[in-house]
Amino acid sequence: MSEPVLEIKNLNVGYGLGDQGVRAVRDVNLTLHRGEVLGLAGESGSGKSTLAYGMTRLLAPPGVITGGQVIYHPAEGDPYDVLALSDERLRKFRWAETAIVFQGAMNSLNPVHKISTQLTDVLQAHEPKMSETSRLARAREMLKLVGIAPDRMDAYPHQLSGGMRQRVMIGMALILQPQVVIMDEPTTALDVVMQRQILGQLIELRERLGFSVIFITHDLSLLVEFSNRIAIMYGGRIVEEAPASAIYKDALHPYSQGLLGSFPALKGPRRELTGIPGSPPDLKGMPTGCSFHPRCPKAFDPCAGNIPVLGRPGTGDGRTRSVACWLHPTGEPVG
Amino acid sequence: MTSIPDAETPAGEVVLEAIGLTKHFPVRRKLRDLFSRKHDAVHAVDDVNLTLRRGQVTALVGESGSGKSTVARLLAQLYPRTAGDIRLHGTSTRVKSGSAFRRYCAQVQMIFQDPFASLNPVHTIRYHLTRSLKIHGHAGKTAEDLENALHGLLNRVHLTPPERYLDKFPHELSGGQRQRVAIARALGAEPEALLADEPVSMLDVSIRLGILNLLRDLKERLDLAILYITHDIASARYFADQTLVMYAGRMVEGGDSESVTQSPAHPYTRLLIDSAPDPDRLTADADVLEEDRGNGEPPSLIHPPSGCRFHPRCPMAMPRCTTDLPVRLEIGDRPGHWAACWLYDEATVAAQRPGSAVAS
Repeated sequence: MSEPVLEIKNLNVGYGLGDQGVRAVRDVNLTLHRGEVLGLAGESGSGKSTLAYGMTRLLAPPGVITGGQVIYHPAEGDPYDVLALSDERLRKFRWAETAIVFQGAMNSLNPVHKISTQLTDVLQAHEPKMSETSRLARAREMLKLVGIAPDRMDAYPHQLSGGMRQRVMIGMALILQPQVVIMDEPTTALDVVMQRQILGQLIELRERLGFSVIFITHDLSLLVEFSNRIAIMYGGRIVEEAPASAIYKDALHPYSQGLLGSFPALKGPRRELTGIPGSPPDLKGMPTGCSFHPRCPKAFDPCAGNIPVLGRPGTGDGRTRSVACWLHPTGEPVG
Repeated sequence: MTSIPDAETPAGEVVLEAIGLTKHFPVRRKLRDLFSRKHDAVHAVDDVNLTLRRGQVTALVGESGSGKSTVARLLAQLYPRTAGDIRLHGTSTRVKSGSAFRRYCAQVQMIFQDPFASLNPVHTIRYHLTRSLKIHGHAGKTAEDLENALHGLLNRVHLTPPERYLDKFPHELSGGQRQRVAIARALGAEPEALLADEPVSMLDVSIRLGILNLLRDLKERLDLAILYITHDIASARYFADQTLVMYAGRMVEGGDSESVTQSPAHPYTRLLIDSAPDPDRLTADADVLEEDRGNGEPPSLIHPPSGCRFHPRCPMAMPRCTTDLPVRLEIGDRPGHWAACWLYDEATVAAQRPGSAVAS
């Protein structure tokens, strides 16, 4: 396995403090390796977006990071903890090292500025020594990379379609050649045809430029196809993490199995599917023990009482995956 | 898991029918257009034919902006139509408001996409359902009748025990439960047709199937005709007996769901199916090959392309596609499977090579 680029250690994120607070992300350990696409799947309220904002320190109050470390390994130099950076260094870190493409990114462009202005603005802030002409050249190059004709440089956002705006956002995220790109539901507002085009392009760019991607979505079938590894979140915790093919062929956690069984297939025999009974837990009144046990078809004695730890399962290809479930008692804990 | 027998189109009674349904939304005229005769309009829906039969689910699949929601709103008589006809039990109907609209609503009910917006946050579930029952005259004579009717509705949508939900407010329920209340409210009118406009796309993936299975169960028990509007063609295959595909305001293909999804005939349907996420096609290995197929975006509906509206993106476009509007042509693999595409017209294909007019 290649070297890590971002290591999340025991990250805890909450909204509000004290009795009123809710814990949205609980004890998350996750490692992103160089050049991989890591998928983060979960339902709304599972804490996947909070995790992304927490690790980039973009969380707006009342969101607070209550503990943990996010170790970033730069291409050159020593690793450092993102959560301990000073404001000045954080400003340099953002975008140049880690860029984020937001949910509904097509609406994150400023409608009153040309896209050329918005692209060069990033360069102006991060590389003030760059000349105007080379800034424009770089912006033009970026647009070409994401498949937009450079003569659209002077267009305003409303003159572009949703798909093109999304591409501009991806280009803008890549303009400083970051090591890590976080995409929070980048394609939910787009049609399937456009979604495939953009993701295909992203994978191609990743191969060419060598960055790593954290891809957050609720659409597990999309992740299985596009990512190398998948982590599944439920109730603020990671419940299973494994290579994409292992999740698809042989998911261990009953929640992952339920999630996979929630997508009707386009090919093969038509089958009766059931989804998962019940509804996602409320962060304010989290069930005791495993937070999935009230909905779990396989729940048994220990599930209600004790929280399962994320660990390597004892069976088969246990080296590359981990699961937090009492059905699969751990050989050794992770981290 | 049991397998679902293939629906062999049992000819149920036709409840609701659209013939040549057309809707153009006028575009606001600019000053310089004042002296010209030009009246621009968005051609949202053009010449749509569809039939809803008792006890059957018809899916309408398309991208956003293809006009599928407009079709639902036209069928619900929420918009006046520009041309064409809507027939309820064979009689042409055009209602605007008042008692005629109420009578129409009693038979055709709509379920909206967003259960967070379609329930009034200041009223309880009891209020929502009572209104539906009273307006359509199913509340009975006594308070006891009403209570029984309310319980019956909640039981039907599997919100049990009913007394636990009746006096709750919408914000106390989860998205899936709210959508069940919205369905119960529609059932309060005892309709014959349900128009469900993306009923599950706002819900969490793990509870979507619960709602679809509920709708199917209701269809069977109450013999409802359901129009299921979706952008997810895989769920259309799962849930619907018939599937119709729409592109840029026109129907491009239709037939029973199995043949439309398993042997798509129209190049657009093929593109749609190829683009759907498919876990069996692991980790982006075969993607680049398909990159040049069907690139581009849906056209402007103010000035839609001449001929077939898909021709600027179509990898199989022929010269005829750019000039002549394709008619519905039988595919011949299964009865009732058709596509509006010149590829299935033998004379055209003999004279012109498919792909010879592909825009570069």
